[in-house]
Amino acid sequence: MHYINIFVQSAFIENMVLAYFLGMCSFLAVSKTVKTAFGLGLAVIFVLALTTPLNWLIKTYLLNEGALSFLGPGFAEVDLTFLGLIVYIAVIASFVQLVEMVVEKYFPPLYTSLGIFLPLITVNCAILGGTLFMISKDYNFAESIPYGLGSGFGFFLAIVALAAIREKLRYSDVPPALRGLGIAFIITGLMGVAFMSFMGIKL
Amino acid sequence: MSTTTTEVVQDVIKEVPKKRKPFLSKKERQILTDPLDDANPITVQVLGLCSALAVTTQVKPAFVMTLCVIFVCAFANLVISLLRNTIPSSIRMIVQLVVIASLVTVVSEMLKAFQYELSKQLSVYIGLIITNCMVMGRLEAFAMSNKPWQSFLDGIGNGIGYGAILIFVAVFRELFGSGTLFKIQIIPQFVYDFGYSNNGLMLTPAAAMFLIGIFIWWQRARKPKLIDIS
Repeated sequence: MHYINIFVQSAFIENMVLAYFLGMCSFLAVSKTVKTAFGLGLAVIFVLALTTPLNWLIKTYLLNEGALSFLGPGFAEVDLTFLGLIVYIAVIASFVQLVEMVVEKYFPPLYTSLGIFLPLITVNCAILGGTLFMISKDYNFAESIPYGLGSGFGFFLAIVALAAIREKLRYSDVPPALRGLGIAFIITGLMGVAFMSFMGIKL
Repeated sequence: MSTTTTEVVQDVIKEVPKKRKPFLSKKERQILTDPLDDANPITVQVLGLCSALAVTTQVKPAFVMTLCVIFVCAFANLVISLLRNTIPSSIRMIVQLVVIASLVTVVSEMLKAFQYELSKQLSVYIGLIITNCMVMGRLEAFAMSNKPWQSFLDGIGNGIGYGAILIFVAVFRELFGSGTLFKIQIIPQFVYDFGYSNNGLMLTPAAAMFLIGIFIWWQRARKPKLIDIS
């Protein structure tokens, strides 16, 4: 039950996009149609669900103070946590590179419609944010799995929801200069305000 | 006949300012100034939003963030552009990120050494420059296919364009959210005595979304060619 709580909490109460406003760039730029939003959402779930536990392992067994002591007594004092950011991002980058190759080979239309935002999953703040929040919350390995999965799912839900709203918006009478990106920003702000109602709920 | 002469005159008029500035060619100037408005990283390319939302509750962190991003973006562009012909495309993202991450580490250590208080306040967000998609977005879109000097200018231009929006948003948020600018009280006490109170919404990230949305509205109203229908 504890793990389900973590999943629900990370997907809704602490939704990466609508509560913390992380991962905005791809969120706004790729949400023009539900189809591409769906593809990007799946890619983000995949990367986030794998990199969060993996980075937990790396931090615990390689970077923490004394983690390298299995190499010999001389390494007992080594503290590599200052390398954290670079290592985490390298892990994320290699996964995204993998995703890019797969998508390019098997889903070429999706590849062209995602454009530059596919490699930019690497620098999607939501993904590095997932790792950093996981560390600051002191989750253990088993907890980091539902956390990564839940955060990814939260992103997926949010981007598909925004894409659906934007598809409907095409039939509404928005002032011309506000059409497209402008109204998307304002809608995201409103969705964020709506998600504030989840704030303070403890599971 | 008259049309041709006016054209010639116009051409001459166009020629004159070009010759006065030999330091940057016309194309280079365009690289530098385009991101300020027509190709603004935030409002047109939709890059680098997370930090734009996160550091803009006050003007000072927004200002420091801008300087850091200009530095990182310009030098990352320069380095990647120098290396662009030797990077194998299958590992290019890792290479790009290592360059960005090292530059960000330099910036964050510098801040720790000279502006310790500020660095504590900004620590997470300085780290997040690594994941500022604007830096990597420019590497992918520009530095991978252009010469070093132009890439450097592109980095500076985009950094300034990004910072302009950041400071625009931060001024509004700090003024209406806390009544201050650079932590100096701007809204005088008697206004509060009349029953004015600070707007709490301005301190939430949602307010930044509204402000950027309104900025985009204003920008598109000035330049209808930027409107995308979708």
